[in-house]
Amino acid sequence: MKIKNQEDFWAGMMFAGFGALAIWLSTDYPMGTASRMGPGYFPTWLGAIMLLLGTIVAVMALKTEGPKVTPFAWKPMILLSAGFLAFGWGVDHIGFIPALFLLSVITAAAGQTFKVVEVLIMTVVLIAGAVGIFIYGIELPFPLFWWR
Amino acid sequence: METDIIQNLALGFSTAVSPINLFYCFIGVLVGTLIGVLPGIGPVAAVAMLLPLTFNLDAVGAIIMLSGIYYGTQYGGSTTAILVNLPGESASVVTCMDGYAMARIGRAGPALAIAAIGSFFAGTVGTILVALVGPPLAEIALKFGAPEYFSLMVMALIAAAVLAHGGMLKTICMIVLGLLVGIVGTDVNSGMSRFTFGASGLADGLSFVVVAMGLFGFAEILSNLQDKADTASRDILNQKITGLMPTAKDMKDSFGAILRGTAIGAFFGTLPGGGPTISAFSAYAVEKKMAKNPENFGKGDIRGVAAPESANNAAVQCAFITTLTLGIPHGATMALLLGALTIQGIAPGPQVMTQRPDLFWGLIASMWIGNAMLVILNLPLVGLWIKLLKVPYRFLYPAIMVFMAIGVYSVNNLDLDIYMTILFGILGYIFMKLKCEPAPLILAFVLGPLMEENLRRALLISRGDPTVFITRPISAAFLVATALLLAFMIVPSFRKKREEAVAESATL
Repeated sequence: MKIKNQEDFWAGMMFAGFGALAIWLSTDYPMGTASRMGPGYFPTWLGAIMLLLGTIVAVMALKTEGPKVTPFAWKPMILLSAGFLAFGWGVDHIGFIPALFLLSVITAAAGQTFKVVEVLIMTVVLIAGAVGIFIYGIELPFPLFWWR
Repeated sequence: METDIIQNLALGFSTAVSPINLFYCFIGVLVGTLIGVLPGIGPVAAVAMLLPLTFNLDAVGAIIMLSGIYYGTQYGGSTTAILVNLPGESASVVTCMDGYAMARIGRAGPALAIAAIGSFFAGTVGTILVALVGPPLAEIALKFGAPEYFSLMVMALIAAAVLAHGGMLKTICMIVLGLLVGIVGTDVNSGMSRFTFGASGLADGLSFVVVAMGLFGFAEILSNLQDKADTASRDILNQKITGLMPTAKDMKDSFGAILRGTAIGAFFGTLPGGGPTISAFSAYAVEKKMAKNPENFGKGDIRGVAAPESANNAAVQCAFITTLTLGIPHGATMALLLGALTIQGIAPGPQVMTQRPDLFWGLIASMWIGNAMLVILNLPLVGLWIKLLKVPYRFLYPAIMVFMAIGVYSVNNLDLDIYMTILFGILGYIFMKLKCEPAPLILAFVLGPLMEENLRRALLISRGDPTVFITRPISAAFLVATALLLAFMIVPSFRKKREEAVAESATL
């Protein structure tokens, strides 16, 4: 079988999947009745609507012509995520400035050109700006380094 | 009644012209214009990113500054559209056509000037409308019960789906997903944790900053990095901009366009789910239809700049009407502004106007002052903006990432928020790949808990009888309007028009 509209097909499958997941997770929460809604009532109904609509979108995508899904940009996706992970971990463990350094250098590597000197200068400027605005300007209480 | 408005406006202006609030307004419009000028970062990400800057301000200052950022981005977006043929914001997409064409024939100055004049006129009308329509609407809204609120939210969400780009069913799915993401956290009624996967950091629910930054900031950068075209050198106009002032003929030509654009913008701006983008598109289409010489459009017709620019600014101003009086945000950016109010400890809704008149009227007055500042600011700073546009993207996106990371982290000082932003960023990137519009999701995300609560209350009052939504007249009216919107979508000719509009905007 050939899928004619890949974009819509996968979108439909994704929504149907999220819908099924919501229904399944909501089985842990009491439904209650319409007049006394339990915590499971609203999410179960939402999940059911999404499962239904998602399935319709996916099935319709089988018969109508439509665009293909363009390939994913894996390198930027991994590097931007890694930069954020490093910052999230770093700001709690090694301080604001080292965390920003990691974030800036790792995300800069996601681009097409990476010149070491250029990136280092940019990183220093970014750190100086961020410390100036956020630490001295609006006084966010982040430790600057691991020794505070 | 009229003296009331004058008194209220006097209170507003006395609040807004205090030096500190003038300063916040100035910073807001300046930063907003700056971000608006840069393509690839929209108003939603801008407001979310700069939210932490307002944490230490008082509520009035914070909301004045954030609103300034919002309407500043619209101004900045048109500057980029005219000079570089790149829309700084999605609402300036149409301005590219005639704005850039005018710049090509050496008329960049008048194009920028008419955009500023049209926007200022529209902003003034918008401000007056908010002042006139706001109080009576809040009066009515105070009488709303749970069923009315629920039906109103249904209408707002369906309107957002009809007016959004992309497939109708997919957009409704995005809305439902947004509602589900919105109820992550502790259920207020039962105290039960829902969809938290045992993470204590999610007990208070997901922060809208996290969702907005992920879907609009992180995902946008990913997509830009893939689009090699964006990093290529931009076709920036190098000629000197001379003769800023439009000629008398320009003014005469664009007068009607500005009026019509303002009216269209005010309509779509007030309608929940509408917004600046749809307003600009409609205004341009109307102008082209009404013109005796439509073949001039696209070749540098000044009306093609005046109409959409007036429309998008009118829409931005009028969006504050429903947002402030009903507490129902009317688009993604407005949802963020309401979130900012909540952080400041103010529950959005019709009571804001009576309990915090300084905030409500101060904001209205500051919007007008901000618009005036933009006219004065925008034209002399054009040279600076051109320089800014020459900064290569490889320096811009790490800076945006740094601002986003600090912004997300500073909301709760929680590293989990950073990790959740990655998750929503990747999800947002997948949405882009599958052509699913993320703006309605954010709107639904903010409305999720409100909607559940009002549904619960409505059904509790009616003892589980769902007809309560159609037996109460105001609620029924909202639902009839919703049904009409949906019916329109089934009418083939309207549907074709919408698809054409969507296709047209996609190719630009």
